[in-house]
Amino acid sequence: MTVGLFIPCYIDQFYPQVGRATLELLEKLDVKVEYPAEQTCCGQPMANTGGEMASLATYRHFVDTFSRYDYIVAPSGSCTHHVRHHYDVLPDSQALTHVRRQTYDLVEFLVDILKVESLPAYFPHRVGLHQSCHGLRGLRLGHGSERVGEDFSKLAYLLGLVEGVERVSLNRVDECCGFGGTFAITEPAVSVKMGKDRLRDHLSNGAEVLTAGDTSCLMHLEGLIRRQGLPLRVMHLAEILNQPAKTTVAS
Amino acid sequence: MKHAQQAARFIADEARTDWHDQALWFVREKRDRASHGLPEWEQLREWGARIKEHTLSHIDTYLEEVSEKAAANGVIVHWATDARAHNEIVHGILQKHQVGRIVKSKSMLTEECGLNHYLEDQGIAVVDTDLGERIIQLREEPPSHIVLPAIHLKKEDVGQLFHEKLHTEAGATDPKYLTEAARQHLRANFLQADAAITGVNFAVAETGALVVCTNEGNADMGVHLAPVQIHCMGLEKVIPRQEDLGVFTRLLARSATGQPITIFTSHHYRPKPGGEMHLVIVDNGRSEHLGREGFRNALKCIRCGACMNTCPIYRRSGGHSYQSTIPGPIGSILNPGFDLDAHHDLPFASTLCGSCSDVCPVKIDIHEQLYRWRQYIHDRGKLSRTKRIGISAANVILSRPRLYRLAGKMGRWALARMPRWMIYNRLNVWGNERELPVPPPQSFRDWYQQNRPS
Repeated sequence: MTVGLFIPCYIDQFYPQVGRATLELLEKLDVKVEYPAEQTCCGQPMANTGGEMASLATYRHFVDTFSRYDYIVAPSGSCTHHVRHHYDVLPDSQALTHVRRQTYDLVEFLVDILKVESLPAYFPHRVGLHQSCHGLRGLRLGHGSERVGEDFSKLAYLLGLVEGVERVSLNRVDECCGFGGTFAITEPAVSVKMGKDRLRDHLSNGAEVLTAGDTSCLMHLEGLIRRQGLPLRVMHLAEILNQPAKTTVAS
Repeated sequence: MKHAQQAARFIADEARTDWHDQALWFVREKRDRASHGLPEWEQLREWGARIKEHTLSHIDTYLEEVSEKAAANGVIVHWATDARAHNEIVHGILQKHQVGRIVKSKSMLTEECGLNHYLEDQGIAVVDTDLGERIIQLREEPPSHIVLPAIHLKKEDVGQLFHEKLHTEAGATDPKYLTEAARQHLRANFLQADAAITGVNFAVAETGALVVCTNEGNADMGVHLAPVQIHCMGLEKVIPRQEDLGVFTRLLARSATGQPITIFTSHHYRPKPGGEMHLVIVDNGRSEHLGREGFRNALKCIRCGACMNTCPIYRRSGGHSYQSTIPGPIGSILNPGFDLDAHHDLPFASTLCGSCSDVCPVKIDIHEQLYRWRQYIHDRGKLSRTKRIGISAANVILSRPRLYRLAGKMGRWALARMPRWMIYNRLNVWGNERELPVPPPQSFRDWYQQNRPS
């Protein structure tokens, strides 16, 4: 099994540490990972602005780049959701079906495919978990608070495997952070207000670290944290899961 | 003015925005408690969705059936192709009976058709009888929510309004006192009205029953007292059978306000002795919407307002920011169909978080339709030139790896070296209240090629 590592464009450019954590984590779990160097972006920024039919070249490039892998894994519920659910505008082909079916968010790949039951990680901090919407309601990585049924969260499950993590409870367990892609720029007032409200929830419940499965949410929230000088830092879930084990820290 | 500007104006009063957000979140939480108390909730939603989908697919049959059954019950049935026809029909009925005063109980359809203003222009006094509706009618403003029309107002605002209009004590804010004042004021109107108008929640095809769900009972009071009763409904309100009704009454009240059922669920079958009963069935763009592949199932909506209460944008921008009768997520997928030029910004007033679709009692894929409207709006050239060019440019760059890498490198280089004033200025909307990411010295790709040599 070879995994093609998909590092979304903004992570590649601005958050390489998230890409590294994802890669190292998968390697720790003995997965054969390759990063195809020709990759760019899934095209979601344009499509969410209405231009999916004007973005087919980007879609095709993605399919061409990744169709040779058994699995395509990305540290992003949002980009994964886009490939899986919105690439249906491309003409049908075996490669397309394969790519759409085999593209996984890191969290679901760890839980559903690798069936990870333990992780050698230690992170002694109070952590607030932000449930990024496309992962939560698009990929169903967790049980949305709107729905009736068994409560679960694949992100919380993985976080629970990390020694030392104290997960803080939130007043609103899965409200959107307000990023929303180009929404952050076309509706700046609401976007910023939503972000501030999310941060207040995490801070008032004592979080030191805010984590999520999508760096896009974190980019928006971090932008607010830094501007306001708030005592909170953001980390992608992969960065926490990739922390060294306790014994390693002690030695 | 666009939604974004209206929203910015709303948010400028941050304390009030927080209050508005919390007031609606309270309703969302009530809805959660009510729905989570039913283990079969998701099954009910599925049934609700299927019944509505079936009905929309056979709408012609069910509309004929309901009109025949109603007519057989002694109801006079009218058909209106648009808002104007609806208003003329209602006016015609009132003229025939020389009605000068009417009472009305909450109907979003008559709001959509602008009936109040139309009738007032004809010299007919219209009094909305539901407390929230009456408040906004006295303020001469549109509702900001389809179930909680005055949710944007605090009790202090209502106290002030009632002091001016109903002569309550200055500075009074006690909800009981204010409500009592409204009751007394409305009672007089009920007694004087010659006709009563209500909306319709469900029209049952097999029996011809017109079902109206309310909490205050004003629809009943109006209908029982006035000799002429007029029920106005959008054509999508029909449901096939009496037994289907139970699915919707269970879904509706829980979704709307977190109640197990509305206080009143009135089934109007036939005119009272000596009275006259009318049903006006309105199209006003609905059958055209039914023909829109990918959008038609928005007509499943039972007007519970749950998507508004859950929407993080609605809660922080207020219903008036949508500038349409139906605001919020469902309004953002209905309004572009009725008037694309006026409402093409609404599908963008969303982060596509999907909470609306999951809360919807009839499973309308609201956020998917928002996405589809965006494509439609782009493809019809309704996006701004800047956005259209931006999309095309991004596609050129992102489908060419070398160009993408070059653009990324240049962007990071500039961000790291340019003086702050060149980066953070009024052109940088992101940066008005947020920092941009700190550009790392190398991209992930560069790091990978150094550290994982093949």
